[in-house]
Amino acid sequence: MAIVKNDSVIEQEWITVDAEGDLPSSDENLIVPLARFKEERDVLLGRNGGLGVQLNPGDAPEDLADDLDRLSIITVNFPAYTDGRGYSYGRVLRERMGFTGELRAVGDVLRDQILYMHRCGFDSYDLQVEGDVALNKVRAALKEMSVYYQPTGDGRVTAQSLRERRRAVLQS
Amino acid sequence: MYRYDDFDRQLVLERTEQFREQVKRRLAGDITEEQFRPLRLMNGVYLQLHAYMLRVAVPYGTLRADQLRQLGMIARKYDKGYGHFTTRQNIQYNWPKLDEIPDALLDLAKVEMHAIQTSGNCIRNTTTDQYAGAAADEIEDPRPYCELIRQWSTFHPEFTYLPRKFKIAVTGSPNDRAAVKVHDIGLRMHQNDAGETGFEVMVGGGLGRTPFVGKTIREFIGKNDLFSYLEAILRVYNRFGRRDNKYKARIKILVHEEGIDKIRELVEEEWAQIKDGSLRVDDAEIAHYIEQFAPPAFEALSDDDADFERHKAENRRFANWVRSNVIEHKQPGYAIANVSLKPIGGIPGDATDSQMELVADLSEKYSFGDVRVTHEQNLVLPHVKKADLFAVWSELDKAELGTANLGYVTDIISCPGLDYCALATARSIPLSQRISERFGDLDRQHDIGELKIKISGCINACGHHHVGHIGILGLDKRGKEFYQITLGGDASEDAAIGKIAGAGFSEAEVVDAIESLVTKYIDIRESGERFIDTYRRVGMDPFKEVLYGDR
Repeated sequence: MAIVKNDSVIEQEWITVDAEGDLPSSDENLIVPLARFKEERDVLLGRNGGLGVQLNPGDAPEDLADDLDRLSIITVNFPAYTDGRGYSYGRVLRERMGFTGELRAVGDVLRDQILYMHRCGFDSYDLQVEGDVALNKVRAALKEMSVYYQPTGDGRVTAQSLRERRRAVLQS
Repeated sequence: MYRYDDFDRQLVLERTEQFREQVKRRLAGDITEEQFRPLRLMNGVYLQLHAYMLRVAVPYGTLRADQLRQLGMIARKYDKGYGHFTTRQNIQYNWPKLDEIPDALLDLAKVEMHAIQTSGNCIRNTTTDQYAGAAADEIEDPRPYCELIRQWSTFHPEFTYLPRKFKIAVTGSPNDRAAVKVHDIGLRMHQNDAGETGFEVMVGGGLGRTPFVGKTIREFIGKNDLFSYLEAILRVYNRFGRRDNKYKARIKILVHEEGIDKIRELVEEEWAQIKDGSLRVDDAEIAHYIEQFAPPAFEALSDDDADFERHKAENRRFANWVRSNVIEHKQPGYAIANVSLKPIGGIPGDATDSQMELVADLSEKYSFGDVRVTHEQNLVLPHVKKADLFAVWSELDKAELGTANLGYVTDIISCPGLDYCALATARSIPLSQRISERFGDLDRQHDIGELKIKISGCINACGHHHVGHIGILGLDKRGKEFYQITLGGDASEDAAIGKIAGAGFSEAEVVDAIESLVTKYIDIRESGERFIDTYRRVGMDPFKEVLYGDR
């Protein structure tokens, strides 16, 4: 009900369509499921509006390798918060494939998973709560922890690199 | 031993505060039990039959004296004065109150402990050889790598919602005391042809309702590459592991269904893309961790101690304890002393607050403040001077911790069973107590020799029955408990899954059935054969015959 990105609530500017059915007018910004993108790729790329793709669990982000620079947004669906496949998709898209557009978590997106999503490269979150509540949840989640052990593509400094820095200072 | 630095300390404190907040939200009704469930599980809090249960991590089974003392204090303050050491080298408290658990976690944090990832579909506590750093047969101390795995796996953002739980075990010795072949990933240290030390990587082992011995996915991975290789396996599992059925969601099923060759191909393909990335750990960093587990300041001693020999000659009970519970140490003049938590007729793995405090005191006085927890639910004082063994045993004996039965028929692994567990179909503890009493006579136990009995109260196999020389599985048949016997299981480097002997036995019959198996073994064993050796030589039939006759 509210999308949070870059510490603010943003407008929904995208229409997500199903696997089948008519496409809206050519000017609308569309998000289509990966399967449909693969089937109707040329038609979709020829439209005027913005284009995004939704990944569902079981999809392969690698299928988008040739088209990443044509996509403004990729949404990753978490049908249940317990289905963690989307975390791998996020890291593969960001760290391996170099996707720089918006990476949005949709579906069962809850406060207690947001930090992990952020660490895996997500930068927007579609929450099932109203604006300010959603914003407060995201803010609280992102500042809950300050120590990180794993190097991921989110740019957070790991405990290990801080330790190395400290050792280097002590030795100099 | 590893000491937290300010980063580790900060992380655990933040986690404690985070959980306090989550408990508050749950108690206020802001989140549902269903939403709270994975959060509490990720902090080791289960809902059992009668109460919440708190499972505290003992990373790679290593405890300092102050930590064990604090575990005793927590048993007294938040529980009924005891705790239960588990097959995963952890400790469980059975009676904490939910609103007090954040305080218990804070008390744990004070001694650099936590309950992080002791449950939930994430990477669990890494386990290893309880004799690490002390064993005479060790290639290298595995704990520095275990600590690196602990850090890598703690709050791993990608692997916190896996298809199912994930357990990693490491052995630094060719004699596997960590059951690495029945873990999701088993790591065995060895040297390659170039003389470098690294790891054989096994994957897809496990117990539960579909037991498998792990398969080798890579003969050798160097130390620098271990962590990227683990990440590659986990990523393949996270992406491709089954999520449609929780009983088919472990990596062992993926390996079984796809075949080890296919999984190897996927993992190697993934690894090729990340192996030169930021998970590559350089020698300097590894050296830093090795330094933290440096051997304590052993004295240069003769391996023979006259007083020790004299005490053995004069005190038969002490001599018996030495024979079963004391193991050779790599350092001359020192020994590894096992503290049995299996008193005859007792509850396997339970220790009282004062017992924990006593072992903590003894470790401080005699073992460099170092204590280990074993996956067979005992404790270890890893570095005791031979000259001190008699003093240690005398103190243990007074506290009912001096039972001389390590590896014997009464050293039973048992899950909590229907006395505590919400999943159990039968009781395990009372049965293990009755078996222990039946075979309580020490001379008889010594005569029987090594015999590993393992009891699970349901098919989830927490009591490791599949890998018991004699395994016992408690089931429910129309409201009555009955027990199925398996033979020939083994958790060691010769890992094997036991075979079902036949129809199950009633609660009244099962102890007699076990005794008839033991009697048969005594009758037909050849010189030097353990029960498992005899079973391997003669097979199931002779044992089946004594169990069932013409039945």
